[in-house]
Amino acid sequence: MVERLEAAGAVIVAKTNMDEFAMGSSTENSGFFVTRNPWDPERVPGGSSGGSIVAVSSRMVPYALGSETGGSIRQPASFCGVSGLKPSYGRVSRYGLVAFASSLDQVGPVSVDVRGLAELLGVIAGRDERDSTSVDAPVPDYVAKLDEPVGRMRIGIAAEYFGEGLNAETRRCVEAAIEVYKKLGAEIHEIHLPHSAYTIACYYVICTAEASSNLARFDGVRYGHRTAEPRDYTGVYSGSRAEGFGAEVKRRIMLGTFALSSGYYDAYYLKALKVRTLIKNDFLEAFKKCDVILSPTTPTPAFKIGEKSDNPLEMYLADIYNRAANLAGTGGEHSVRVYGGGFAGGAATDGSAFWGGSVAIDCACVSGGDGVSFDEAGDLCVTE
Amino acid sequence: MLSNSASSFFARVFMSNRIDERQVRHIAHLARLRLSDEEIARLGSQLSDVVLYVEKLNEVATEGVEPTAHPLAVCNVLREDVVKPSLGVDAVFENAPDAAAPYFKVPKVLDQMDA
Repeated sequence: MVERLEAAGAVIVAKTNMDEFAMGSSTENSGFFVTRNPWDPERVPGGSSGGSIVAVSSRMVPYALGSETGGSIRQPASFCGVSGLKPSYGRVSRYGLVAFASSLDQVGPVSVDVRGLAELLGVIAGRDERDSTSVDAPVPDYVAKLDEPVGRMRIGIAAEYFGEGLNAETRRCVEAAIEVYKKLGAEIHEIHLPHSAYTIACYYVICTAEASSNLARFDGVRYGHRTAEPRDYTGVYSGSRAEGFGAEVKRRIMLGTFALSSGYYDAYYLKALKVRTLIKNDFLEAFKKCDVILSPTTPTPAFKIGEKSDNPLEMYLADIYNRAANLAGTGGEHSVRVYGGGFAGGAATDGSAFWGGSVAIDCACVSGGDGVSFDEAGDLCVTE
Repeated sequence: MLSNSASSFFARVFMSNRIDERQVRHIAHLARLRLSDEEIARLGSQLSDVVLYVEKLNEVATEGVEPTAHPLAVCNVLREDVVKPSLGVDAVFENAPDAAAPYFKVPKVLDQMDA
């Protein structure tokens, strides 16, 4: 990824802060320090790619890379008012990325606007022989796609994503975006994702199971921390891992190990894989009726630092709308155009499948965004 | 050794129980994590909450549904069997906690190996 960026003339400036092993929704689980939301330092920037998003949101850099296992680019991008995109699974090489949950992880672009996403994605997308899960499919000219009209694009709206738990301001923001697309000629279709209530449960079983397996490699032998005084043979591993991993990482390893352990594998892990099939089928069915699905990115605006630290389950629910896309393998691809600043609202979209060439939208709207205008590039802005 | 159906029967019977201290210690051993007593107590209650939530998956009928372990229908990706430059030995050992390249050094543990 860095090779491709440097070949395209990019200058690598820094590594950024994140939740440890990308496990978190607020960047409060960092091994270094807590990153704050530049629009309100009392609030979290979201996570896990919080540092990347804040670097762009505070205009330190025009572009950044983040990684997603279940909303870790889209959720903080929404919290900080920048554009972020999870590419479809397999679109971008993961060579060099530390594995968290291999059937879900993707690297994606972050930028101040959707044009920036298109520019960056065009550089990083494509097959890499060092990642056998990267797909050998043609990379379209994303920037050229930006200038295509919305036309009669069919936008799917899932009732399940606008139910209980959705913040009123966020809802208003997304509904404003829907109105804009209507004015531009898009067709709005009601769709259903009947298994969406099981997304988070399914996601947490699968991602923790895969994490417990992937993180087994951190054994204190070949890399990473090693305990100074192992008590015995297994103590080299268990001591090193106890000292090296933070609380959230331990929690997820424990949950994943439980779900994979003898007697529980069928009931939890295999069950989750079957529900994943049903969630994926929901999307395949929905995409027969629409080209893209438009939804809120998060149920609420950025929460306060410390607000959810003691309640891991509540923290997990901050990505309730995003995780289905990771499970189904879909992503927002060529992007259309709604963006803005502010920390409160946001809309995200999922494109059917990247090789199908469908149009997808990535929107990050502003809380209370009533004003709708066009900027010079023809991009649609929803601003305060 | 239990059959699959028997083990999932046991799981169904027991899984609504809270994860107790004994189970937390067992899982921690499987995961090779040394935990303090305080961590064990906290994890028991936190894991129980999450597992209770996750059990809502049981509301979904999945008879005859194939599992999805991976989003892409890609398998056995092969390349030409040609030698190419790979990560050098020095780079491989750069992150080792202790090494005398080309070997990783580990603490002497054989005379105190546990069962």
